Amino acid sequence: MANVTVEFLGGLDVVVQKQRVHKLHLPAEVVSVGDLIEYIASTLIKNPRDVAVFLEDGGVRPGIITLINDTDWELEGQTEYVLEDNDVVSFTSTLHGG
Amino acid sequence: MSYTAPSDPVNKKPVKVAQLCDLCHCRKAVLKRPKNLQKLCKECFFDVFETEIHNTIVDNKLFHRGEKIAVGASGGKDSTVLAHMMKFLNDKYDYGIQIYLLSIDEGIVGYRDDSLATVQRNQKQYGLPLEIFSFKDLYGWTMDEIVSVAGIRNSCTYCGVLRRQSLDRGAQKLGIQHVVTGHNADDMAETVLMNILRGDVARLEKSTSILTSSKGSPIKRSKPFKYCYQKEIVLYAHYRKLDYFSTECTYAPEAFRGTARELMKNLEVVRPSCIIDIIHSGENLFLKPAAGGRRQGRRRGPGTTSANTTSTTTSTGPVDGSRCERCNYLSRNRICKACMLLEDLDKNRAAVTIETDTSHDGAAKTLRSLERLAF
Repeated sequence: MANVTVEFLGGLDVVVQKQRVHKLHLPAEVVSVGDLIEYIASTLIKNPRDVAVFLEDGGVRPGIITLINDTDWELEGQTEYVLEDNDVVSFTSTLHGG
Repeated sequence: MSYTAPSDPVNKKPVKVAQLCDLCHCRKAVLKRPKNLQKLCKECFFDVFETEIHNTIVDNKLFHRGEKIAVGASGGKDSTVLAHMMKFLNDKYDYGIQIYLLSIDEGIVGYRDDSLATVQRNQKQYGLPLEIFSFKDLYGWTMDEIVSVAGIRNSCTYCGVLRRQSLDRGAQKLGIQHVVTGHNADDMAETVLMNILRGDVARLEKSTSILTSSKGSPIKRSKPFKYCYQKEIVLYAHYRKLDYFSTECTYAPEAFRGTARELMKNLEVVRPSCIIDIIHSGENLFLKPAAGGRRQGRRRGPGTTSANTTSTTTSTGPVDGSRCERCNYLSRNRICKACMLLEDLDKNRAAVTIETDTSHDGAAKTLRSLERLAF
């Protein structure tokens, strides 16, 4: 039952109605970041075709940087990380031109 | 459209010893460097990242005191970090260079106009002079018009060829002889891969050089981010809260480049150092026939040599290189690629002008002939 902020940066906001910041009140079954990613794919992304922009083989697509409270999720246990109240999870795409 | 910085997470939890930065051992590490898997905190990351770029610049003697440089600025992440970094390092280490922002307006409604707004904000944020040149002024065509005639599948070919020239032309008009671009390690590794896949031997060897200046072209180009991972550039921009523009180009999904990029990204997941490894391989690849003839810069038959030749030490001015007969731009062929593309376009426009706007046709022609005079 955590309240978390999810940000879609680097152009990734296109898959979530062009809204960069989403404040979510998560249902009880969403515990880890892995759950959160599934939750995003099933509820936040309205167009099923856009899921492929965010996920690949069930995981976050290579080239998208995931940060948990501004720390690379590689250092936080990736999908295993257990969400707490007021956590900020951000997804930043690096895939388009610079 | 204005800039909203990413939020500052305030969830401070007790830090475990294992989470500490590998360098300062006192702050929480926030990232693992893909190059060497070192765990760093924000402050140490800034320091290491900036110092590495400074070292690249100094080791390769990219700039000299009093030099004017133009940063090719698109408003995207790489060029925004580049503009910030050039200004920052110039102030910190006193290179004594004058920095200009140089932007090209390809004329893509809904994409370039928004990104140029970002560049204009950057101009104010960094206090650097900005010059914008448009495809319309330089060639008489906007990208939108080109796509309407040539179709979306060729858009990146046109855009790439014309943009490359237009940066040089823009720089020349400003009296600048050095264009700095934000190409990063990922871009370079991708280029190496693409040249291998295409078997483009001539380009393979020079594709990794940090500073290119062709004989005959007064404009040098350099890539200070050659060894910087895309991921680190994006994280740097994120942590420094730099204002950059990020939307996919309207015409980009049709480009070929995507395939090599996907391959690279998947490789990076398995083995993060692969990007720098590919660059290293590219740098150490010397072609046999070129070994003896490199000094003279002749390694293939006449007619194809001049544009291949790179000399990293001097730019000799417009003496030796072969030039396009029409626009006088450096070209390995009699007519440069841009002029050939434009000629095709003009033929096609003649067929479609009845429905579309004809008024600018004469003006565009005049502009282009003026352009030729300027050269």
